[in-house]
Amino acid sequence: MKPLLRRLRHDLFATPVDGLISVVLLAVIAAVATSFLHWATSQARWAVIQANSTLFAVGRYPIEQQWRLWLLTALLAAATGISWGMLRSHPRSDRGGILWPRNDRIAVGLLVALSLLLPWLLGLSPAVQLRWVAITAVLVLLRWLAGRFGPQLPAALKRLLPLGLPLLYLMGMVLIAGGLGLVAVSPSEWGGLLLTLLESSFAILLCFPLGLLLALGRRSDLPLLRWGSVLYIEFIRGAPLITLLFLGQNMLGFLLPGGLAPERVWRAAWVLTLFAAAYLAEAVRSGLAAVPRGQLEAARSLGMSMPQAFSTVVLPQALRVALPSMVGQFISLLQDTTLLSLIGLMELLGTARTVMANPAFLGHNAEVYFTLAVLFWCCCAALGLGSRALERRLDPATIARSG
Amino acid sequence: MSPSTPATLTSAAPVGDVMIEARGVEKWYPNGFHALRGCDLTVNRGEVVVIMGPSGSGKSTFIRTFNALEDFQKGSITVDGITLSDDLRHIDAIRREVGMVFQQFNLFPHLSVLDNLCLAPVLVRKRPKAEVQEQARGLLKRVGIAEQADKYPGQLSGGQQQRVAIARALCMEPRILLFDEPTSSLDPEMVREVLEVMQNLAADDITMVVVTHEVKFARQVAHRVVLMAEGEVVEVAEPEQFFTNPSQERSRRFLDQIL
Amino acid sequence: MGITPSSASPSGLGAGAAVPWWRNRRVIPWVVQGAVGLTVLVVVAFLLGNLIHNLTAAGLLLSWGWLTQPAGFDIAETVLPFQASDPYWRGLLAGLVNTVRVVIAGLLGSTLLGTLLGMASFSGNALLRTLTRLYVEVVRNIPLLLQLVFWYFVVFLSLPNGTAAIQLPGVVLAKSGLYIAGFGEGLRWMGPHLVNGVWQAPLRWSVEFGALLTGLIAYSSAFIAEVVRGGIAAVPKGQWEAASSLGLSWLQTLRQVVLPQSLRVIVPGLNTQFISLAKNSSLAVAVGFTDLYSVAETTLNQTGRAVEVVLLLLGTYLALDLFISLLMNGLNRLVQIRER
Repeated sequence: MKPLLRRLRHDLFATPVDGLISVVLLAVIAAVATSFLHWATSQARWAVIQANSTLFAVGRYPIEQQWRLWLLTALLAAATGISWGMLRSHPRSDRGGILWPRNDRIAVGLLVALSLLLPWLLGLSPAVQLRWVAITAVLVLLRWLAGRFGPQLPAALKRLLPLGLPLLYLMGMVLIAGGLGLVAVSPSEWGGLLLTLLESSFAILLCFPLGLLLALGRRSDLPLLRWGSVLYIEFIRGAPLITLLFLGQNMLGFLLPGGLAPERVWRAAWVLTLFAAAYLAEAVRSGLAAVPRGQLEAARSLGMSMPQAFSTVVLPQALRVALPSMVGQFISLLQDTTLLSLIGLMELLGTARTVMANPAFLGHNAEVYFTLAVLFWCCCAALGLGSRALERRLDPATIARSG
Repeated sequence: MSPSTPATLTSAAPVGDVMIEARGVEKWYPNGFHALRGCDLTVNRGEVVVIMGPSGSGKSTFIRTFNALEDFQKGSITVDGITLSDDLRHIDAIRREVGMVFQQFNLFPHLSVLDNLCLAPVLVRKRPKAEVQEQARGLLKRVGIAEQADKYPGQLSGGQQQRVAIARALCMEPRILLFDEPTSSLDPEMVREVLEVMQNLAADDITMVVVTHEVKFARQVAHRVVLMAEGEVVEVAEPEQFFTNPSQERSRRFLDQIL
Repeated sequence: MGITPSSASPSGLGAGAAVPWWRNRRVIPWVVQGAVGLTVLVVVAFLLGNLIHNLTAAGLLLSWGWLTQPAGFDIAETVLPFQASDPYWRGLLAGLVNTVRVVIAGLLGSTLLGTLLGMASFSGNALLRTLTRLYVEVVRNIPLLLQLVFWYFVVFLSLPNGTAAIQLPGVVLAKSGLYIAGFGEGLRWMGPHLVNGVWQAPLRWSVEFGALLTGLIAYSSAFIAEVVRGGIAAVPKGQWEAASSLGLSWLQTLRQVVLPQSLRVIVPGLNTQFISLAKNSSLAVAVGFTDLYSVAETTLNQTGRAVEVVLLLLGTYLALDLFISLLMNGLNRLVQIRER
C-alpha cells in the first residue's frame, strides 16, 4: 500500500501546481463520467440501435439473399483463422514455437466474450446469436488447426496459400453482387457496414499497386514519367477529398465512350483508390529512398537481374520502412469512407442519417453517433495495434546495423 | 602519363590463363571529373593482386568496372574471356563468375545469414535449395561462423558480417573475387579475423583483386602490388620490391605516408 | 536507385557486333520507361478525347458566361452581402470568404490548443499526460465527419435558447448563435444582451460556424499536439539537463530553451496539418455552413456546369494550399536562420 501511495504522490502531487491540476482534472473526470453513465443507462434509448441493427450492418440488402453474406462472413472468419495460425506457426529460430502465446490467448478470450455479449446487447434473435457464436468458433478452431498442423503441410500447398486471398476477395464480390447462378443484388441496395468495408477494402487493395507505380515513376529518368507522377501526386494532395468525390460523381461518366456511367458505388470506390494511391506513393517513395544503394549493388554483383534484385532485396526492405505510414493511410481511408454519405451513398454514416430522420427515432442522434464512434474507434485502433505488432515482428530481424 | 603494365613480370604466381585484362580504361563522371585516366592491368588465374593508393585515386572505381558496377567510356576490359560491353548477356555472365565483397558488407538485413547465402545461387544458377543450403553451411564453417546460420545480420558483429559477406560471394562459386576495402569499416580487433579468412582463400588458389590499406596483408599474401594515384596506375611490382625499393617517385611518396 | 544509363557519354565499347537493343543495358531502361510513358499518354488521350466529345455533345463544354447570371439561391450566412439576385460569381466569392474565415480561426485555435496539449504531454503530472494521450488517441481514430455532425447535431443544436442560454463572461451560447462581446456601434465595448427575447452582440457566429470551428479545432489540435510533441522530443535531453542545472523551472525551460529549438522540426509538420485543416473545412456542407464547397455544390446542381465548377473548386483549394505552404516556408526559413 505504501509504495502505491508514494507513487501516486510522485505522479500526481509532486508540486502544489501539479496537485491543483490533479484535483481539478479528477473533479472534471468524475463529473463527466457520472453524467455520461447517467445518460447511458437511464435516458438513452438504445432501442434505436437494436431496431436498426440489420440496416446498419448490411443496408437494404434483400433479406432472402442475406444467407450469402453469412456465408461470406464465415469464409472470412475461416481465412482469418488460417492466416493467423499459419503466421504463428512459422518457425522463427530465435523464438520458441508456442502455439498459444499470451497475446493470442487474450485475443481469443476477447473474441469469444464479444461474440457472446454483442449480439445479446444488440437484441438479435437467438438464432442469429448462435450464428455469431458458430462463426467465432470456426475462427478459433481453424486458428488452432493451422497452428498445430500448418508446418506439416506439403511445401507446394503452403506456396499456394497466399493465392487464397485474392480468390477469397473475388468470391466475396460474387457473393455480394451476384452472378454465377446467384441472384444479382444491385449496388444501390448495399449499405451500412457492408458498404463501408467494401469501399475501403477495394481502395486499400488497389491503391497499393498504383501507389507503387507512381513512386517508381517519381524516381524515373524519363521527364515525362517523373513530371507526370509529380503533377498527379501534388494535384491529388492539394484537393479536398469531397471535391474529388464530387468530381467523380459528376464527370466520371464523361470520361468513357458513349457516356457510359458506372454505378455510383464503383465511381466512389475508384475515386478513393486514385486518392489514396497519391498518398501511398509518397510513403513508398520514402521507403525506397531509405534502402541503401549498396543493397542493389550487392544483389546485382551476385548476378541477379534487375527485376530479381528489386523484388527480393529492395522492395521488401522499402516496404518495411514504409509500413507505418502505409497503415496510417489505410486507417485514413477507412475514416474517409464516411464522406461517401455526402454524395448520397448509404454507408455507415449515411445509414445513420437515414435512421435518425425516421420519425420513430427522432431525437436519438446521440445514441447513434456514440455507437458509430465506438465502432470506428475500435476498428481504427485495432488496425493501429496490428500495425505496431507487425512492425515489432519485423523489426528485430532488420535492425539496420548491416550497412 | 600512363605507364602500361609489363605483362611479363616474373613472380611465384602462375602465369597461365588471363582472368582479367584491362587496357586503356578511361572514365569520366557526368560532372566532368576524369576518374580513370587510361588504366591497364592484367590478372592471371590464381593470382592475388593488391591495389593500394591514396583516397580518391580511383582504386575502388577501377575494380568496380570489372563487374560492371561502374561503366567506362574508353578502353576495353575482358573478364574470364568475356568482353565487357553493354550487352546484358555478357554482363550477367561476368557477374556470375565474379564475386564482390564490399566495404559496407551490404548484407540483406531482412534475410537470415543462411538465406543471404542461398538467395543468389537459387535464383541465378537455378540450383535446388537443399543442395545450396548444404553448401552454404559448409562455407559458413569455412569462414568460422557455422553457428550463426539462422541469425540475422543485425545481430552479428562487423567482423562476423564481413565473413558472411565473403561466404555469400563464395556461394556463387566465382572464379574471381573482388574486395573493395573489406576491412576499412571494421573495428581494429575484427580486422584480423577477416584478413585471416582472406589469407586462407588466397592459399586456395582463388584469383583475388583486393583494394586495401593493409600493408602486412599485401606483403604476406599478394603476388603483385599495384599503386594507383589520381586515376592512373603508377607502378606494378612484387610486394617485396614495392615496399623496399619502389621504382617510381610517386610510390616512394605514398610509402612514406603509410609506413 | 542503382544503375542508370549515363547520358553524357557515348559507349565506345564492345568492339565488334553491335548489341541488340533488347540486351543493351543502356537502352533497356529507356525502352521500358518509354513504353510505360507511351501507354499512359495513350490512355490519357483516350479519356480526354471521350471527355471533350461527350461534353460537346451535351453542350456543356467550357464557357464562363453563366457566372454573371443571377444565382437564384440564398446564402444562409455571409460576411459579403449577398442576395438571390446577385450573380453566381458573387455567391462563390461569398463562399470563399466563409472558407477563409473558418480556416483562419481554425488554424489559430488548433495551433493554440495543439501546442498546449503537446506541451502537456511532457508535464510532470501523470494524470495530465495520460489524459492528453487519451484525447489524442480517441480523436485520431474517429472520422472527422462523424465528429463534426456530433458537435452540430448533438451539442450545438441542443443549446438552450433565450434566457436559458449558457451565459459566460463576455460570451453567450444559445441555439440561435454564439454571441461574443466586442466593439459595438460608436466604438463602445458591448457585451451580449437580450433585446425583446433575442440575443444581440457586436460579434455573432452562427451555430453552424461554431460547430464546424469546434470540430475542426478539436480534430486538428490532436494532430498538431503530436507534431509539437515530436518536435520537443527531438531536442536532445542534454538541453533539459543543462537548463535545470542552471536553475530554470520546467516551464521556463520549455519556453526559453526547448520550444525555440523544437520549432525547426515543428514548422514543416505544421505545414501538413494546416493544409489538412484547410481541406477539411470543405466538410462544412455536412453542418449546413455555406462555405466555398457548399455554394459550389448548389451552383452545380442549378447550372449543371460540372467542368467549370469543379475546375474553380480545385483551382481555389490548390491556390489556398500553395498560399499556406508559401507562408510556412517563409516561417521555416525564419526559424532556421535564428539557429545561427
